[in-house]
Amino acid sequence: MTSKSADRIATGVFIVIAVIIVSILVGLFSYILVKGLTHISLDFLTSPSSNVRAGGGIRDQLFNSFYILVLTMIISVPLGLGGGIYMAEYAKPGKVTNTIRSCIEVLSSLPSIVIGMFGLLMFVNLTGWGYTILGGALALTVFNLPVLVRVSEDAIRSVPRELKEGSLALGITHWHTIKTILLPSAFPSILTGAILASGRVFGEAAALLFTAGLSTPRLNYLDWNPFSERSPLNIFRPAETLAVHIWSVNTQGLIPDIEEVSNGSAAVLVISVLLFNLLARWIGTRIHKRITATK
Amino acid sequence: MEKIMPAKDRLLKSGKNGLGNEMRGKVLVILCAVIMISVTISITIFLGTKGLQSFIKNGVSPIEFITSTKWNPTNKANPEYGAFPFIFGSFAVTFLSALVAAPLGIGAAIFMTEIAPSWGKKILQPVIELLVGIPSVVYGFIGLSVLVPFIRENIGGLGFSLLAGTIVLSIMILPTITSIATDAMSSLPKSLREGSYALGATRWQTIRKVLIPAGLPTLLTAVILGMARAFGEALAVQMVIGNVRDLPSSFLDASATLTTIITLNMGHTTYGSVENNTLWSMGLILLIMSFVFIILIRYFSSRRKMQ
Repeated sequence: MTSKSADRIATGVFIVIAVIIVSILVGLFSYILVKGLTHISLDFLTSPSSNVRAGGGIRDQLFNSFYILVLTMIISVPLGLGGGIYMAEYAKPGKVTNTIRSCIEVLSSLPSIVIGMFGLLMFVNLTGWGYTILGGALALTVFNLPVLVRVSEDAIRSVPRELKEGSLALGITHWHTIKTILLPSAFPSILTGAILASGRVFGEAAALLFTAGLSTPRLNYLDWNPFSERSPLNIFRPAETLAVHIWSVNTQGLIPDIEEVSNGSAAVLVISVLLFNLLARWIGTRIHKRITATK
Repeated sequence: MEKIMPAKDRLLKSGKNGLGNEMRGKVLVILCAVIMISVTISITIFLGTKGLQSFIKNGVSPIEFITSTKWNPTNKANPEYGAFPFIFGSFAVTFLSALVAAPLGIGAAIFMTEIAPSWGKKILQPVIELLVGIPSVVYGFIGLSVLVPFIRENIGGLGFSLLAGTIVLSIMILPTITSIATDAMSSLPKSLREGSYALGATRWQTIRKVLIPAGLPTLLTAVILGMARAFGEALAVQMVIGNVRDLPSSFLDASATLTTIITLNMGHTTYGSVENNTLWSMGLILLIMSFVFIILIRYFSSRRKMQ
């Protein structure tokens, strides 16, 4: 075999690989959307799920998913931002910084089931709360924190040096420079990163199995008192999210319409994550245009 | 739209540039860093002590736990705690899926950087990003409703099998491997390629003899990161692998991994019982393995720096 024909064969193989990957994605998406979209209806989205009968919806699961996501972001964004600012602005090269870097690395490579087990130990058993939304949100914070720290550190580091130096040269203190110069310029990238991270949190299930639980109490959506037991806003109630719901109906579900419910839920889940990605891109380019004044 | 104030006015008006604020800000961000360290340390300590309890308090022999193939914790008279089938299952799906996904991922990376840098990247990059975005339960669900019946009808066995787990995991770790491998290939200096072409090498010869060896440490890092993800993945695998306690004898046999046994049994074993404690020991193995993967990655990136 001449080297020329070997080259041609290799090129063919690489093209085949690319085609395989694209077709996997196309196959997955068309399967999810074709199977799922037929089952999504207003009724499916707004009726409560059923444990034994067919025709249950995903109202509570959908609400729980968004509620846990919001709580997680409320807790993890300030922490991640603070950690990012520290790593970008205050950390001096040395042992302490290396330790923190290793910690971030360890946290980001932990399997989510291990984070779930830690959550079970810490936020369920040690605190005595049982399965709660708050416990789930805290476990997801552990899961989300390393991503946010990395995103904010990179965003702050990529602000042009001259901006920071100019501010410091005007006699402005370091912290005030961070607040008024660095954070506003880094804001678009941080926002994009945070939205992408939200998509990851939204689809996470393993960390929630043992922290937020597999059940939801009967909710009364007219009850807005966060301390009442049937209020959807109560953070000390168990909550099954959409991703967990797909898992639980498939592994231990008794309902006859498992296929339909999970097809519909999977489509809702994937579409939500897709929307998060599109939103992140859209906001990213929009703000980029506004700041750089390009068309 | 909010009115934009000139920076000068904004800074003068705020009056918050005193030294007290400076300290407060510093303390605040240091606190965040401290929280991060303490979370990592407490995860290690908590899971470490909890995971060792089955050996220390319940007297389960660690050697039996790692090497014995008999898992029978519910037998009252003579409970057996051999987790080897699960450890084997975890390693088997991890290596097999890396074996499938590594050539595909690295091939895709080479396609994007060498074969069709202009349009290949425009198509494959979003594809990879979308694949990352699909939640793992959805992979598991599709595996359960498409792959398992397909294997049952066309290849044989129950469908729930090592093979199904491997395929699902390969697709899940493919984006991880591809994106890091793409970074690795595109960060190679252009002079390497030009030098090789100038010597009359074909594109394939350049890729095989120059580019892959030069990028090898990072490519290996990519594969290890993928393996770390495969090793820790729980729900997707659990839905397709069948979860039996015996050692699989072929690809088509049902099997179980550490993560699937933890997911299945953590909920309905009593907290503090021996069986429950052995699950925590499996969690400890997962934790130790993720440290091992980090050490391996460090080793390869130090090799990259030396070059």
